[in-house]
Amino acid sequence: MSSAIAASRGMPSLTKLTSLYLRVPSAKAAPLRSFSSIARNPGSLCPGKPGNLISHKPWTTSNPPRYFSASAVSLHGHVDPPKAGEELYVTFIDKEGDEHKIAVNKGDNLLTIAQAHDIEMEGACEGSCACSTCHVVVEDEEMFDKIPEATDDENDMLDLAFGLTETSRLGCQIVMTPELDGLRVKLPSATRNMQASNFGKK
Amino acid sequence: MAVIGSGPAGFYTSYKVMSKIENSVIDMYEHLPVPFGLVRFGVAPDHPEVKNCQDKFQEVAESPRFNFIGNISIGDHDGALPLRSLVPHYDAILFAYGASRDRKLNILGEDTLKGIYSARAFVGWYNGLPEYSNLTPDLTQGEEAVVIGQGNVALDVARILLQGVDVLRSTDITENAIETLKKSKVKRVRVIGRRGPLQAAFTIKEVRELVKLPSVAFHPVDTSLIPEDISKLPRPPRRIMEVLKKGGNASISTAPRSWSLDFCLSPKSFNPSKVLPDQLGSMSFEKTTLSPDPFHPTAKAIGTSEIIDVPSSLAFRSIGYKSEALPGFEEIGVPFDNCLGVIPNDHLGRVINDNDGWSTSGGGAQIPGFYCAGWVKRGPTGVIASTMDDAFSTADSIAEDWYAKVPFINQGHKSCLGWEGIKEEAREKNCRRVTWEDWKKIDKVEKERGQENGKEREKFTRVEDMLAVLD
Repeated sequence: MSSAIAASRGMPSLTKLTSLYLRVPSAKAAPLRSFSSIARNPGSLCPGKPGNLISHKPWTTSNPPRYFSASAVSLHGHVDPPKAGEELYVTFIDKEGDEHKIAVNKGDNLLTIAQAHDIEMEGACEGSCACSTCHVVVEDEEMFDKIPEATDDENDMLDLAFGLTETSRLGCQIVMTPELDGLRVKLPSATRNMQASNFGKK
Repeated sequence: MAVIGSGPAGFYTSYKVMSKIENSVIDMYEHLPVPFGLVRFGVAPDHPEVKNCQDKFQEVAESPRFNFIGNISIGDHDGALPLRSLVPHYDAILFAYGASRDRKLNILGEDTLKGIYSARAFVGWYNGLPEYSNLTPDLTQGEEAVVIGQGNVALDVARILLQGVDVLRSTDITENAIETLKKSKVKRVRVIGRRGPLQAAFTIKEVRELVKLPSVAFHPVDTSLIPEDISKLPRPPRRIMEVLKKGGNASISTAPRSWSLDFCLSPKSFNPSKVLPDQLGSMSFEKTTLSPDPFHPTAKAIGTSEIIDVPSSLAFRSIGYKSEALPGFEEIGVPFDNCLGVIPNDHLGRVINDNDGWSTSGGGAQIPGFYCAGWVKRGPTGVIASTMDDAFSTADSIAEDWYAKVPFINQGHKSCLGWEGIKEEAREKNCRRVTWEDWKKIDKVEKERGQENGKEREKFTRVEDMLAVLD
């Protein structure tokens, strides 16, 4: 059990790493069976992975968790690491306000990038523009204007998104280009999850 | 934790609980041998991209900490397990069994005339839901059909009736449904609601899709129900009004089929055909006005006493689904609000005592270890994204309670055996459990059967046929 807790305490820093093919030392947490074995399943089709929703808050020693997930950071290999000198940067600001700056390739879309880097973003329809689960808010209006305009299909989905703003887009529809280098996007936080997401701070 | 129901609410909650609570083990109970609930039986066959979430569910189910317990329903009948038998073996039970009933109109002729179907039954039938495999809707009695209700299910029904079977041939719609739709004589579909366009429940994707169908004309909507200046509306309704005002490209005089959205009509009776007295021939509606502000989303429909008749030989009732209490709720102390058709909860998924006014105050003491998600938690509305958000909020509550050490079921004297502690009783009760591996065999055969016809999949529509794959 203690090894599992230790592994989970290591999580916040791990999630900030941008290097690919990173593996969390969850095997060391044995005999706990963790989710990461699933995410590595070669038959897996889904770019998402079960661990990517968790934002691990450090636990105080006076209030240790009953047990905690050591799962998460095994990665799907859907994005290639950018070549030196060709990196584009995108920053995700997660629901806790933490920033994740990631070096990416031209042509990658934000959903795929987020899922490959353990950013808390869902893609229920797997990037086919048929849901609104990868909703992001572009921080800067000028940058928003540089993104090719949303199609009717994308706007139709955005109309159902929680917390729609003037600079909302679907992550799966934003494809990185040199013009978008330095893009910053926020993950909208659902108010109904507020209470739950604060519990780690108690 | 036991999860009752294997639709998106059950899977998304399981997924997040499993990733938030290390070593949590999920036993998911499903009354059919096949998983995914409304993703399999509700999502329209021509919307395959919406079903992509199944890949995620598959991933969750492959975990060694997840057990699919299919083909076992909850109840006291033969082949089912009573809820009380589950309780001693789990820390928590999540109710995510959705809405199994549809609302009725309770008007004259509804139960006696032929040609009236619930949209739930019709959708279940074309999607291969065993419960409705014998529905055999008769689409040959006339050219005019009516869909009562203006939600997305109503638009799904209209689209399936109108767009022609060629589009559906490669989907996972049942072969039986294709044969029936091929013989359909329906040329005109009216989608009718009591209120106006700004109160309608459909979402923009579905209405745009119908308006854009190439050989189906869209009759103009009554523009008096749309504000003259729509630029002041919030973005989502404004964009819907744009679609409705613009209309479609197909011409009403030349297109082989057409449809309309008819507003401010409240159903009064189903009337027999003059030729065949046991067959539906028309419907009567009372015209309504909207009060106090016709452009406000919460405007109410007020009857005007003016009655109109609409010819129709076919009618689909699509005025919403309804959840029911599970057998055994009372016995284990889980309340149910029959009025709202939901389990009383704190809006974050914790089941609470059924005090008057719980739904507005969220008050009421928590009942340890019981949680709910999906339509049985918040009522039968919303798309998969909303069910996902909702499921995640329930999972957050479960994890929060777990770490806060609040009492769960069987605090202090739990068996923690889960299915292992129940399977002996299940055997005695003639339950035949279908595992995830079993489902994968059924899945494989369905896909192979589909391939023979150039389809994504050919579903088994009878439980016996599903189980026969495993014999």
